[in-house]
Amino acid sequence: MHSFPWLTLLILMPLLSGLGVMLWGAGRSRWTRRIAQGVCGLSGWTILALTKEVDLRSGSLQAVERHAWIPSLGVEYYLGLDGLGWVLLLLTVVVASMALGAAGEVGERPHLFDGLVLCLMAGLFGTFTAQNFVHWFLFWELSLIPAFFLVRLWGGHRRRVVSLQFFLFTLAGSIAMLLGFLIQYAGTGQMNFPELAQLAQQGRLWPQVAEVWKGWGWTEREVALGVLLAVLAGFAVKVPMMPLHAWLPSTYAEASTPVSMLLTGVMSKMGVYGLVRIFLPLFQEPLRWVWPWLAGLALWTVIASACAALAQRDLKRILAYSSVNHLGYCLLAVFALGAAGPVSGSIVHQAAALNGVILQMFNHGLTAATLFWCVGWLEKGNGGFRELDQFGGLRAAVPIFCGLMGMATFASLGLPGLNGFIGEFLIFLGVFGLAPWAAWLALPGLLVTAVFLLTMVQRVFYGPMKTTGQRWMDVDWRERTGLGAAVIVMVLLGLWPQLLLQFTHPFVMHLLAGLRL
Amino acid sequence: METWVQWMWLIPVLPMVAAGVSGLLPRTARGWSAGLSIGSLALSFVLSVISFAAVWQSGGERHLYGFRWFQFGPGAFGTLWLSWVLDPLSASMLVMVSGVGLLIFIYSLGYMAHDANFTRFFCFLSLFAGAMLGLVMSNSLVGLFMCWELVGLASYLLIGFWFQKPAAAAAAKKAFITTRVGDLVFFLGLVWLFGNSGTQLFYDNGSGCLEAATLNALVQQKVWWDWSLSQVIGLLLFAGAVGKSGQLPLHVWLPDAMEGPTPVSALIHAATMVAAGVFLMARVYPLLVAGPEGVVQPVLMVMAWVGGLTAVFAAAVAVAQDDIKRILAYSTISQLGYMMLGLATGGVAVGVFHLLTHACFKALLFLGAGSVIHACSEEQNIWRLGGLRRWMPVTYVTYGVGMLALTGFPVLFSGFWSKEAILHATHAWPVSAGPFWLGLAGVFLTAFYMTRQMVLVFGGTPRGNVTSGSIHESPPVMTVPLIVLASLSVVTGFVGTPAWPWLQGFLEGQQAILDWSRLFGADVWGLAAISCAAVFLGMGVGLVLYRRIAAEGVIQRDPLEQLPAGLCPALRKKFWVDEAYQHSVVPALAWLAYWCDRMDRWVWAGLMRLAACVTLVVARLSQNVDEAVVNAGFDRACEGLRLQGGRLSLWQNGQVQRYLAFVGAAMAILVSLWWWGGNR
Repeated sequence: MHSFPWLTLLILMPLLSGLGVMLWGAGRSRWTRRIAQGVCGLSGWTILALTKEVDLRSGSLQAVERHAWIPSLGVEYYLGLDGLGWVLLLLTVVVASMALGAAGEVGERPHLFDGLVLCLMAGLFGTFTAQNFVHWFLFWELSLIPAFFLVRLWGGHRRRVVSLQFFLFTLAGSIAMLLGFLIQYAGTGQMNFPELAQLAQQGRLWPQVAEVWKGWGWTEREVALGVLLAVLAGFAVKVPMMPLHAWLPSTYAEASTPVSMLLTGVMSKMGVYGLVRIFLPLFQEPLRWVWPWLAGLALWTVIASACAALAQRDLKRILAYSSVNHLGYCLLAVFALGAAGPVSGSIVHQAAALNGVILQMFNHGLTAATLFWCVGWLEKGNGGFRELDQFGGLRAAVPIFCGLMGMATFASLGLPGLNGFIGEFLIFLGVFGLAPWAAWLALPGLLVTAVFLLTMVQRVFYGPMKTTGQRWMDVDWRERTGLGAAVIVMVLLGLWPQLLLQFTHPFVMHLLAGLRL
Repeated sequence: METWVQWMWLIPVLPMVAAGVSGLLPRTARGWSAGLSIGSLALSFVLSVISFAAVWQSGGERHLYGFRWFQFGPGAFGTLWLSWVLDPLSASMLVMVSGVGLLIFIYSLGYMAHDANFTRFFCFLSLFAGAMLGLVMSNSLVGLFMCWELVGLASYLLIGFWFQKPAAAAAAKKAFITTRVGDLVFFLGLVWLFGNSGTQLFYDNGSGCLEAATLNALVQQKVWWDWSLSQVIGLLLFAGAVGKSGQLPLHVWLPDAMEGPTPVSALIHAATMVAAGVFLMARVYPLLVAGPEGVVQPVLMVMAWVGGLTAVFAAAVAVAQDDIKRILAYSTISQLGYMMLGLATGGVAVGVFHLLTHACFKALLFLGAGSVIHACSEEQNIWRLGGLRRWMPVTYVTYGVGMLALTGFPVLFSGFWSKEAILHATHAWPVSAGPFWLGLAGVFLTAFYMTRQMVLVFGGTPRGNVTSGSIHESPPVMTVPLIVLASLSVVTGFVGTPAWPWLQGFLEGQQAILDWSRLFGADVWGLAAISCAAVFLGMGVGLVLYRRIAAEGVIQRDPLEQLPAGLCPALRKKFWVDEAYQHSVVPALAWLAYWCDRMDRWVWAGLMRLAACVTLVVARLSQNVDEAVVNAGFDRACEGLRLQGGRLSLWQNGQVQRYLAFVGAAMAILVSLWWWGGNR
């Protein structure tokens, strides 16, 4: 049990270096960037090394570190890693290093930027590994602070308003979630996710929680649904699920390119992560009562965001809505699991849906970050403008960039052979087995996704060249390596999804075994 | 044999690797790119021929080989296998695709010689061919779907190859999205089939989804009314084929796809892309016919009617088109309709026979049209061409062969035999005589529009601005493929005649016996006479109407304008199908997009802003209350206290003299009081 504290090391590395960079980095921006990239590399190496060090194929929590913290409140220092966490740790490192690559020369206070990115990384590492609610919630909120400053300090001209919106929205959701968990704690006296999940599996969680509220005349069902809605709000804002998405388009559009990459690449995954890690095991029972409604919201998210993307003129806003659309499929699959039971859908459908969700998270993170990078590059080349009408015929001027962005676009619309397809295929396979009507209704979303993405490609790359006074130069070595590496990973995962599935599948089976179906 | 099957993956992978490599080559590496692509496809062709010979040797046995791709759930159902199959169907398709593809590749060497993006062109062509080869040999529905989408991607890239042209860009997008409508329904059918039966392998030693055990289970489940699950899934898969193979009502992308370079059109219309839909139906045929013995399954009825209507509809539209490539495009749609009709009424052999013969003569026709366009400085309007037979003899003769094959000219040409087979099957169809008459009408129309085109392009004297001096026969690199395809257009017919139905036997795993007497049976010639009459009638009408017009050196009015009122505009405007979509689906989607955006900008963002305003108002209010009520009271109290304190502090301002003065004064008062009191 007392093995090397890999996960603590993994969290402390970016946290300490981030704080150090912010304190002493002023005027040494070349070094801070190198330190940040070095920490990224080191973290990435650690994460890859962990696959050898611990047995992720067992499905259960590995590399566990558990120490008492505030015993009277059930608070523990509790870290653990499994396939889900591992995939998201990897994604965090990948997207963070891409963001650092895309950051180029940050205008003001570059050391602060690098330090905040490192702190954000630390927050995300903690979020994806903590197994005690308070411990987890600390990191969940901790990651919000650097994100807020990253939007606020380096965004477009509306950054103040937008960053505040983003912060308050997320905070409101978090507070709702905190309340929900306090209610649970009041009933169970338990803060650890694995233990809570076990209570839920034995069917003792909700009777215990409801016990406290008996005096108020509330039934178990009412209490459970109330807590479900409170906790869901926290996750739904982050993903986001319509109608709690109002903060997203303007935030993604106003934030600077690397920050948008981080926001859509990893921070949006925190919500889906929470749904899989916490929501599903704990709320399986109340979810069964309300899943059609929630699936309806997910469908609305999928369709309406795709349609809204079609109406956008700003490239970043198109991608922002596209992100909402893609994560909508994750929401759909998670909620469809509410239908899982003895009658509908075999265990294979459930496993397909969950594996699909995890793959979709990784694939979307990678693809969306790449696309935001591309759009940022276009914006820079076009003198800061990124309206759809201001481009045209770029394929002649920048063929290599066109090829790279084209690949990323087709990965995003789910072309087989690239990474996006496998996740969507598994999600549809699972959802169709669990709730066929939902799969039918989600289908137009896939079509409209293709329409708006191809429209974007058509406007930007096809047609006669539009002269805006700029002379276009094709991508330099930095984008060539960065984008090229991302595209190679897309192809690799499209052809060989087992690379990720070998770790996610055992986790999914472990999770399903612990559900109260 | 078994070891051979293991190595068959090379057939699609070689061109794909060539595509990948030439995608990375610089633009100047023209020779490398073309050499790689042609070399790899030639190798694939050789391998395909060997595969074909292997199947032939073994008498049509089926051989499989596969590997575990990934695991997403427990057990066999939770494991996704990719696998490929060597059987008569896949072997003949492999040979056709790689063979016809190879000729088109070689032809492109000449046709695209002056294009700046030559290397990229061969990269996309290789991707196209590789994906199609993978599609036809796939033994897994998921693998087939993946190649299916890659074929769509390649067609998107190639249709939009001349990307500076806005029309090409729009056509590419239209092709991708229109076919994706069908693809997504297909995708759902795939998910349903896989999810329900637990397998997506076609053949898997008894447990594949096209084998008896699974089919029985699918037939048992009723879904809608009396439709069994196998029929519903078949219908969903057919929707995919409708998109890919340009059947009504998703045919609109195919004529627009003419915006691509002509070799691409040839590839799309002959060997790849559109053949994929027909092939899919042929592959899953056991699923379509599964059900009670002797009953025509509903999905086959749908296929027959869609195919028959498409055949006539597209042939009618082709009659009034003026663009040489567009006529051919509509003719492809029409012929694809025949294939569907043949599949639905006569089975795999009938449909695939026409698919194979059509691949040869349609590739020939497109490449011939390309030769004409190449020679006449990109002129595509048949009214501005004319008299080309004098300057382009090779193109003229080979084009003539292709035209006769397409019209189904008796005996000597392949199209005759495959078309006869379809008409025979349709005639014998127990459900309805409608498709037969539709097919016959299509034959007449086909003969007519091809004669019209042939006469106007090659006959008569030059019209328009194409001057005779600039016209030249194409170089051998283009004419040799034409000659090869022309001979194939004749030869391929003889493998499926009633006297020696070798192909039918091969596909169905039986030995074909040569029996001349079957050729002269009354049932054969009775029908053949009717269809021949239709062909001759069509050609005759075409000759009568256009021969004289073609001979005059100026552009004339089309005699079709004398058709009964409204018919000619309807034909010219392709029955307004494009316009109908343009005024229904497109604005509907735009409307939806508009409202989703408005909802976001005004309702949700508005609610958010409202919340922000409310928060601000509350904040301001509480500030005012604080300042005016709470603070004010507090302040006043403080002020009072301060004043009093200030006054009081005067008593303690630290001036000793003053203290002493007070003390002195007090002493004086006390002393005087005491004195005053003591004296009383």
